[in-house]
Amino acid sequence: MSRGRRSGLLLHALLIAGGGLVLTPLLWMVSASLMPTGEANSYPPRLLPSSVTLEHYRTLFTRLDLGRYCLNSAGIALVATAISALVNSMAGYALAKLRFRGRDGVFRFLSAALVIPAQVTMLPLFLLLKQLGLVNTYAGVLIPSLASVFGILLVRQYALALPDDLLDAARVDGAGELRIYWSLVLPVITPILATLAIWTFLATWNDFMWPLIILSDQSRYTLPVALANLTGEHVQDTELMMAGSVVTVLPVMAAFLVLQRYYIQGVTAGSVKG
Amino acid sequence: MKGAGRAAWVLLAPALLLIGFFFLLPVAAAAILSFTDFDIYAVGDPANTRWIGLANYATLLGQPVFWRALANTCYFALVGGPLSVLVALGAALMVNARVVRYKSLFRTIYFAPFVTTLVAVALVWRYLYHPQYGLLNYVLGAIGLGPIDWLGDPRWAMPAIIGLAVWKNFGYSMLILIAGLQSIPQELYEAAELDGAGGWTRFRYVTLPLLRPALVFVGVITTIGYLQLFAEPYVMTQGGPLRSTTSLVLLMYEEAFRWWRIGYGSAIAFVLFVIVLVATLLQLRLQRGESA
Repeated sequence: MSRGRRSGLLLHALLIAGGGLVLTPLLWMVSASLMPTGEANSYPPRLLPSSVTLEHYRTLFTRLDLGRYCLNSAGIALVATAISALVNSMAGYALAKLRFRGRDGVFRFLSAALVIPAQVTMLPLFLLLKQLGLVNTYAGVLIPSLASVFGILLVRQYALALPDDLLDAARVDGAGELRIYWSLVLPVITPILATLAIWTFLATWNDFMWPLIILSDQSRYTLPVALANLTGEHVQDTELMMAGSVVTVLPVMAAFLVLQRYYIQGVTAGSVKG
Repeated sequence: MKGAGRAAWVLLAPALLLIGFFFLLPVAAAAILSFTDFDIYAVGDPANTRWIGLANYATLLGQPVFWRALANTCYFALVGGPLSVLVALGAALMVNARVVRYKSLFRTIYFAPFVTTLVAVALVWRYLYHPQYGLLNYVLGAIGLGPIDWLGDPRWAMPAIIGLAVWKNFGYSMLILIAGLQSIPQELYEAAELDGAGGWTRFRYVTLPLLRPALVFVGVITTIGYLQLFAEPYVMTQGGPLRSTTSLVLLMYEEAFRWWRIGYGSAIAFVLFVIVLVATLLQLRLQRGESA
């Protein structure tokens, strides 16, 4: 018994130490963002600010116009989330529940497309959007996030469990297929839509490479692109850069903590399919 | 049921059109572009493009920087990938242990880095790695090690990036492994215990074999992700020092968008595609071979 007790204590000690290690970079980021200029570059390194200041946040939102990039990021992520929830759920439901010729083919095709890295498409996509006049526009940033193979397969997996009787009963009552999707299926699959929505939101918000490629006009930058650009001139201003990092990370962290249950469902659902 | 067929295609159409037009078409176009000399003149007027066959690939194979980027990418994936999975396995076993309390709190903490914005945390880590003022060297100094110029020394820059990547990504694999652990029937452990199996034996002969599908899945996902290394070196080292952290995707980005050699960049993209494909097939075969 006492041996079990001791190993239990050791296990908790390890878990707490690990947790401290994992949280250190994030806590230091917050702490450094509140330090007076220059204090984060001192020896020995400071863990806490000698006096708390919001000066760097003020600089970011006044002189460096960070509010603009926040709006860009939020707008793009919200639109991508809304459209992709609709587009992916329509396709996922059809693949799960409607019988039609070519269904298995479409499913196999999409599953195979999962292994193609997005970077392979980026150069031609850039040229294509250039032809369409969408380079350096919000629409250009949005386009690759509007439909996703992962999202379609996620909804399909969930919709497979819908009872056919329910759908057939609605058909007998004379409801059209689109009507069934809209007023019967959508309300029932809201849990997986929440999962899909939070995944899309975080992925779009955090995305770096595509917005970096497609946006050239600074006023249209998303937060990660603006932040990377900012280091160019302000690399020595550690406290300022940390404040910028806090502003970038905080919204996604908050969204994750509130909708954690749905987000984690997306992680495990993805693995079952494989 | 006839109506269902038409309705199905109506429901599928937006997704399939978007994916077809903005994903699959570009993949095919990338293959074609890689056989052309599409460059800055062609960006101005596509008529300036010429078909040059395998010349891009031939040039690529003759470039030391390509081999360097390939080696760096493999280093990152083959060292960083297994390390991430190992850390994830350790964390999953600990969090999932029967005696542990506040399981969901630990789970949330360990998972938190995964949802953060890569560019932002890469900046944070850049300061933590600072040779003079960084927290890491301070701690190492306290136990008599270092100082190490993490991001300025070609030998240490890639390990430093791996450190960030493991920290940021292990939580995702951990969650999947926890789900895998929880699906192992408790009776198996009880039976093994009755047979007198110790902790290590139970892990080796019950946990490990039954966790195999989850481990392979995590391995595939991690490898595919790590082969696409880009933002970490872009933000932390710009591919240096001495090209020691230039990845294939970073090289592709530089060739295509700094020098506008888009045909050449597409060839790099295709090499990456083939590597990802081979890595995936290898790991899936590994799983099938063992379970058969």
